[in-house]
Amino acid sequence: MGSYLRPTALGQALEALGEGPRTIVAGGTDHYPARVGRQIDEDVLDISALRELRGIADTRKQVRIGALTTWSDLVRAPLPAWFDGLKQAAREVGGLQVQNAGTLCGNVCNASPAADGVPSLLALDARVELSARDRVRELPLSEFITGNRRTQRGHDELVTALIVPKPGKGARSTFLKLGARKYMVISIVMVAGVLVPGRGGKIADLRIAVGACSEVAQRLSALEADLTGRPMTAALAKPEHLAPLGPIDDIRGTAAYRRDAALTLVRRALARLMIAP
Amino acid sequence: MKRESRTVEFTLNGAAVSAAVDPGSRLSEVLREDLGLKGTKVGCEAGDCGACTVLLDGEQVCACMVPAGQVAGRDVTTVEGLAAKGGLNALQQAFHRHGAAQCGICTPGMLMAASDLLRRNAKPNRRAVMDALGGVLCRCTGYRKIVEAILDVAKAQAPPVDPPAGAAVGARLAKIDGQAKLTGVEAFGDDVAPRDALLLRVARAPYARARFTIGTLDRLYADHPGLLRVLTADDVPGNNGFGIYPHIKDQPVLAEDRVRYRGEAVLALVGEAAAVRAIPEEEIPILWYAQEAVAGIEAALAPDAPAVQEDKPDNVLTRGRLVKGDVEAGFAAADHVVEGAWQTGFVEHAYIEPEAGCARRVGDRIEVTVTTQAPYMDRDETAQVLGVAPEQVRIVPSACGGGFGGKLDVSVQPLLALAAWLTGRPVRCAYTRPESMAASTKRHPARITARAGCTDEGEITAFRFHGDFNTGAYASWGPTVADRVPVHCTGPYFVPNVAASSTAVLTNEPPAGAFRGFGVPQAALAHEALMDMMAEQAGIDPIEFRIKNAMAAGLETATGQRLEASVGLVDCLEKVQPYWEDWRTAAVMRNAVKKTVKRGVGVGCMWYGCGNTSISNPSTMTVGVSRDGRVTLYNGVADIGQGSNTIMVQICADALGVPAGTVGYVMGDTDRTADAGKSSASRQTFVSGKAAELAGADLRAQVLRLTNAGPKAEIKIGKRRIVVRDGADRHEIDLAALPELAAGDVLRGSGTFDPPTTKLDENGQGTPYGTYGFAAQIAEVEVDVDLGTVKVRRMVAAHDVGRAINPVQVEGQIHGGIAQGLGLALMEEYLPGRTENLHDYLIPTVGDMPEIEVIIVEDPEPLGPYGAKGIGEPALIPTAPAILGAIYQATGLRMTRLPVTPDRLRAAILARERDGGND
Ligand SMILES: Cc1cc2nc3c(=O)[nH]c(=O)nc-3n(C[C@H](O)[C@H](O)[C@H](O)COP(=O)(O)OP(=O)(O)OC[C@H]3O[C@@H](n4cnc5c(N)ncnc54)[C@H](O)[C@@H]3O)c2cc1C
Ligand code: FES
Ligand code: FES
Repeated sequence: MGSYLRPTALGQALEALGEGPRTIVAGGTDHYPARVGRQIDEDVLDISALRELRGIADTRKQVRIGALTTWSDLVRAPLPAWFDGLKQAAREVGGLQVQNAGTLCGNVCNASPAADGVPSLLALDARVELSARDRVRELPLSEFITGNRRTQRGHDELVTALIVPKPGKGARSTFLKLGARKYMVISIVMVAGVLVPGRGGKIADLRIAVGACSEVAQRLSALEADLTGRPMTAALAKPEHLAPLGPIDDIRGTAAYRRDAALTLVRRALARLMIAP
Repeated sequence: MKRESRTVEFTLNGAAVSAAVDPGSRLSEVLREDLGLKGTKVGCEAGDCGACTVLLDGEQVCACMVPAGQVAGRDVTTVEGLAAKGGLNALQQAFHRHGAAQCGICTPGMLMAASDLLRRNAKPNRRAVMDALGGVLCRCTGYRKIVEAILDVAKAQAPPVDPPAGAAVGARLAKIDGQAKLTGVEAFGDDVAPRDALLLRVARAPYARARFTIGTLDRLYADHPGLLRVLTADDVPGNNGFGIYPHIKDQPVLAEDRVRYRGEAVLALVGEAAAVRAIPEEEIPILWYAQEAVAGIEAALAPDAPAVQEDKPDNVLTRGRLVKGDVEAGFAAADHVVEGAWQTGFVEHAYIEPEAGCARRVGDRIEVTVTTQAPYMDRDETAQVLGVAPEQVRIVPSACGGGFGGKLDVSVQPLLALAAWLTGRPVRCAYTRPESMAASTKRHPARITARAGCTDEGEITAFRFHGDFNTGAYASWGPTVADRVPVHCTGPYFVPNVAASSTAVLTNEPPAGAFRGFGVPQAALAHEALMDMMAEQAGIDPIEFRIKNAMAAGLETATGQRLEASVGLVDCLEKVQPYWEDWRTAAVMRNAVKKTVKRGVGVGCMWYGCGNTSISNPSTMTVGVSRDGRVTLYNGVADIGQGSNTIMVQICADALGVPAGTVGYVMGDTDRTADAGKSSASRQTFVSGKAAELAGADLRAQVLRLTNAGPKAEIKIGKRRIVVRDGADRHEIDLAALPELAAGDVLRGSGTFDPPTTKLDENGQGTPYGTYGFAAQIAEVEVDVDLGTVKVRRMVAAHDVGRAINPVQVEGQIHGGIAQGLGLALMEEYLPGRTENLHDYLIPTVGDMPEIEVIIVEDPEPLGPYGAKGIGEPALIPTAPAILGAIYQATGLRMTRLPVTPDRLRAAILARERDGGND
């Protein structure tokens, strides 16, 4: 018979995880859909009452997104323009019900190839804070997610925050999602970008990430390298820039389509980033 | 094993509650099962449908994804908490006025999502409303009236006034069962079971074709003490087979030693709910021997294909055929000949309410309360499975949360009846969403080739058609599709020479059955594209071309039936024509400057025979007056959201000559109503409506006869007497003085109507239907040519319905039909084992719907009640052809494979670029 724990202090939660593995539940929006028609009886750690994990905190160098931050919390938070892309992703997750309950951390931990939060967080160079009863560590998001529904989280660890370092001055961001209907749709492709403008209309820093086109969303580093330092006008992505992607055929689209659409979306994202707000 | 319960204290609809619950269970389950609040609906348990939407601390969430433990100390509002008992708040009133609830299963979720919005924003704009409703699916309404209702809440409005006697037909009367749907009181299939009911759970085939054996069940019983009975094929006392046709009962209730599609029922576990739920799938001792399955029409028709059903070695279930005139001569006379091939996939009904019901044994009778479209068919089917007389079975339809053809075949009925029969206890069952999708029938995938010819003047001379329809593992409605398609294959046009054929092909795929249109929507893709192609070759505008060839009164159809009246197609086309010209011109001008997003406008027409094809399909209605002056319509029609409860009362009230508001009704209970057939084939308004009219007229005639009053006399039914005024004369009938006839009634009128049809001969010639509906729709789309995405921006739909008994409901049917047609055109394709949920199988959301202008054309049908005929299926048929036509104007591509998903359209665009041509 499974037990259900809903501690109110982080220490208790980490203690419980230290004693043995448990299914962590935050907003439940991935948890329950994965258990349709099944008896739900595993040992659960419900982290929703952990006050310490709420809220978005802005420190000098970085922004810390607490593990219980929901998509709606993020949308409502007053944040700088380089969060616009992530906010756009938040507005396109599921319907409002899912945005009100689902957390960014849950999205990252669930590690779906189509997780809409991941490309923006990758483009923001986000790091994942993992806490256990005896240690805290930080990993770059790109290392944390290792595959389709696989992460580096140890059984005794809880993701306590996502940490976003501040990009350069004037940074802006964008997010484009392609799905086969308007609301509540799993992405066929999504593209996120962050651009830091430099002097003389040049690109000082550029980061582009593509989701749903490989097991784990990927940054397009060759594209980023090619365009950084170039003028903000004629920046064009080429098919070879998509080399890191490995799309597959599935019910939502063919691999060939994904590659083609990804290129279109990357170009559109670049075009948007080039236009000063 | 269920977790230990814990006390959770929270505020529910303003009152403090303290409930001992499993904190890890879904809030939806706690609300419905532990606290008995059934207003919160469950359509998927996966966050996909939003039917379970409630407010948590004022914000909308899906109750199926909230752990019960998380509501501790918080505030939960459900639909039951929106207004004081018996009343409606401003939002609910707006829903009522606008006809925003059809079946009503999505309504609680819609209301809660809208409440969340209105709390934040009292005067939202359209965009905000759509964003707020984005997470709630509706399969009936096309969302238009829901959005309008929410935009209208802020405006205070006088409550609607009931029409006076004689003015109900044609009135925009609010649904007479609307209130219950808006307050959460309405009981659907999973809301009817008593608390102590046993649970039935079906074990289903994981393979599309396999043999199996069932091992010993001792272990299962021993490990799960609450498990009372495992039902297998051996337990079926009567015939272990069901099917629509009296002579084809080919689908086993429980498979015997082999299965023919993934999702087929193999055995049923019956016992205490918690125990039955807790049994892990892998503990059920079924030993499988998987075999190579026959997937798709091509594989089934291959010379060496294994037989899906042993007695049909060629995998052909049935063939349809029609020959009129001399098709070769017709093609020889043509100046232009066009042809094409089309392909569609399985389409899922995706009603938001999965199959559900409850059965109990009462002595030597069995009563099944169930969500259904066909109470009398259910009764006879259940009886033959139990091996009892039909009179021993009582079917009581619950409210039905959407059917669209999918609830015409039995699902839970025979299983529940069997379980209750054998255990003597009430037994309930509700399919999970994946189970519903795997087990239930689908729209037939079609493979169509067609060819048509016309003269330079644009006169059609010949039409040839062949359609193969994948009917899946069992017959279901396959023969109906094979019969209906050839009759309709030319579209609503006069064609002198026709040769048409159809084949229903068996495969190891889900049984394809009835789905809004019975194969006609697939055939319409072909005839409408051919019309466009001929028009283009002849250099005639597509609408002019259609008008030139339109079916009209006095002309003969492909079956040689001379249509006498009510053929409003030209009128429909002329009504959409002004929009067509404006939109087409605007698109051309815009496309000249826009490179990426191209617009296009297309047209689709249809005709549709109301009622069963060439067979008798009578309806009988009875209306009674009780001693205390209550008028009751005994209405055997299952209201599946289309609104027949309201329509039948409107018709009957006018025929009787009393206000509609004074007529009560009993819906579909086989013990209390006569057989009014099934709610399908767009027949209920036409056929049962006529019976309701005749019943009302019969009762009126009796009243007039008893009082010797003339035909114009006014009838007033009071508490104990009927007062009849005939000019200056006043007569009275003392109801107390009359002997009781039945069920407390002292007067009864009844009416039966069976539309006049004849059998079709070996060339498919004859009179298959009593009347036909006609329509023209136009659609404007926007195509992003770089991504292959299509957005339908706006549509105009002109439908000849004979007479709109209730215009609100006609509009609602059209909106909903367009939504399903749009889904068929652009996104819906069911793949067994791969899209068995509502996030991989996509149906349109509120954000996918175009603006829609509905134009009701009334060319009265002399046979129908007050001139009315059907609208249910006609609403969907022209939509996909209109969208495909629009995509053609936007891109120059004639898409022939549905759905036109972004990847398919983009691939076609790229292929054309590669070929450098325009083909
Ligand atoms: C209808 C619907 C539509 C959706 N649409 C989208 C969409 O468009 N785009 C999209 O990306 N996603 C979508 N989702 C998925 C889902 O909403 C997100 O992934 C969500 O953000 C998950 O957060 P949660 O808090 O609900 O996670 P939960 O379900 O509570 O948990 C998710 C997983 O993460 C683990 N977990 C959660 N928090 C932690 C933590 N702090 N530390 C360690 N492990 C943790 C859990 O154990 C579990 O494995 C949709 C879901 C539904 C039901
Ligand atoms: S039942 Fe909760 S979303 Fe469908
Ligand atoms: S009214 Fe919305 S699903 Fe039926």
